[in-house]
Amino acid sequence: MSEEKPKRMTIIASKGALDMAYPPLILASTAAAMDVETMIFFTFYGIDVINKHKYANLKVAPIGNPAMPSPVPIPNIIGMLPGMTAMGTMVMKSMMGKINWPSIPDMVEACLELDVKMVACTPTLEMTGVTQADLIEGVKVGGAADYLDFALDANINLFV
Amino acid sequence: MASIEITPDEIADLKGLNCPMPVLKTKKALDKIESGKILQVDLTDAGSKSDLPAMIKRTGNELLEMKEAEGVYTFYIRKK
Repeated sequence: MSEEKPKRMTIIASKGALDMAYPPLILASTAAAMDVETMIFFTFYGIDVINKHKYANLKVAPIGNPAMPSPVPIPNIIGMLPGMTAMGTMVMKSMMGKINWPSIPDMVEACLELDVKMVACTPTLEMTGVTQADLIEGVKVGGAADYLDFALDANINLFV
Repeated sequence: MASIEITPDEIADLKGLNCPMPVLKTKKALDKIESGKILQVDLTDAGSKSDLPAMIKRTGNELLEMKEAEGVYTFYIRKK
């Protein structure tokens, strides 16, 4: 396969909720394991996924999410009550624990080990006051042109 | 694939792990062994039954045999 041009994939990760953090990390690490050159471009809330102060504590919000699993059926509006986000997160984490699923920090580490290019969006960093020192080691910073330069030669480009 | 006895050089026990870990750990195990050596992978995740051959094919490695016994899928992979 070395004589062929390597396949490429990019993912824009724009969400910082626990459930939305997994798909980019799973797809990127799996692609890298399949010898695909892979980049995740973290922007807006997606920055939380590679923020070392936050990434172990991402949450899932029950409000506005009718598909949110619950041990007992509850009206979605209840999700606005204080504590419901924590409870929803606890339910989801216990479901993940049952199937022995990796944590977000585990998945970020797996991506870095497999040489996934992890890029944090510069304007988002400036806007939110997050600096490179707040990011996981190995994450680079870059702008839209950096992303596009890589994405223009990619076989798959996804926005999450 | 004839059912000849395959002797693996390395064994990766990935039982109990779910997608995407079997693929990632298999790749890691393949990276550690030398070209031409055979890796045996044992796993229990039914989804990885089709995931693993896709990864093996894309990375240019060779799937020698896959068998299933009592809920455990066993893969023999020759590293390219």
